[in-house]
Amino acid sequence: MEDLSLHILDLVENSTAAGATLIEVSIKADVKTDMLMIRIKDNGRGMDPEMASRVQDPFVTTRTTRRVGMGLPLLEQSAREAEGQFELHSRPGEGTLVQATFGYSHIDRKPLGDIASTMVALILGNPEVDFVFERDSDGIHAQLDTREIKEQLGEIPITHPAVLEQLRPMLNGSAEQEPPANAEGGG
Amino acid sequence: MAKLRIEDLKKIKESVKGTVNLRDGNFRVKVTVHMGTCGIAAGAREIMSALLKEIETRGLQDVILTSSGCAGLCSHEPMITVEVKESAPVKYVRLDVEKTGEIFEQHIMNGTPVAAYALSMGSETTY
Repeated sequence: MEDLSLHILDLVENSTAAGATLIEVSIKADVKTDMLMIRIKDNGRGMDPEMASRVQDPFVTTRTTRRVGMGLPLLEQSAREAEGQFELHSRPGEGTLVQATFGYSHIDRKPLGDIASTMVALILGNPEVDFVFERDSDGIHAQLDTREIKEQLGEIPITHPAVLEQLRPMLNGSAEQEPPANAEGGG
Repeated sequence: MAKLRIEDLKKIKESVKGTVNLRDGNFRVKVTVHMGTCGIAAGAREIMSALLKEIETRGLQDVILTSSGCAGLCSHEPMITVEVKESAPVKYVRLDVEKTGEIFEQHIMNGTPVAAYALSMGSETTY
């Protein structure tokens, strides 16, 4: 994977394949501890401990369970390359939590990439699933809850191309140093 | 900030009202982007963004776009499947944004599959 946003796309596809109806994606940078954290939490069917350890090995995958494969090992590798850590917590019937940390300023830490395109692709491909997205990194704050968006839209599907394009600025968020709205007020 | 954007969404809602007539099954073409780990690593997301952009800029209401998992042909990714109603589905392989644009114009808009990028065409013949 070229960047972290592609890892996120891949991992969340696992969640949807596991029958999740609500998926939380959060990206947080902590400058003090020089850490970037990516966290994906779903309410899918979850895994028992045996399965949870198997999915971290790329070569014991069975083709019939597309839930597992290269995705998690690749993320783990990306985390380790940047002196980070990878954690997976899962319980049958309760869902799965995947958390990866990275040295924020580590030379081998992959860039975040186009996170808006990742979320748009996920929403488009899984309109029945709800997503809660939060980003607080690189001076960017962004959050989006598709449940709120769907409520606003009423009968208009969230997959409408014009709607999806409108979600991009919400996903890309606002920069920390935003000029005041009435800077040129003057009166 | 977020509230302001929600206001924008309301405007969008007004502008698309009445133009939305898509209900399940009520489409002319369905395009599926294969988004397994293999597809994603090979560039499937860019293909999806390109298709979405085409649909948006052309204002199409009868083309739906969706995603699916790995189709088991990982070395052929990125792949899409184009299903024109009443016609055989066509799987396109080893795509890039440019090829996808050609497929959009020729197959999705004009109904003629692009043989050069297809995995295979038609069923076997013995003559």
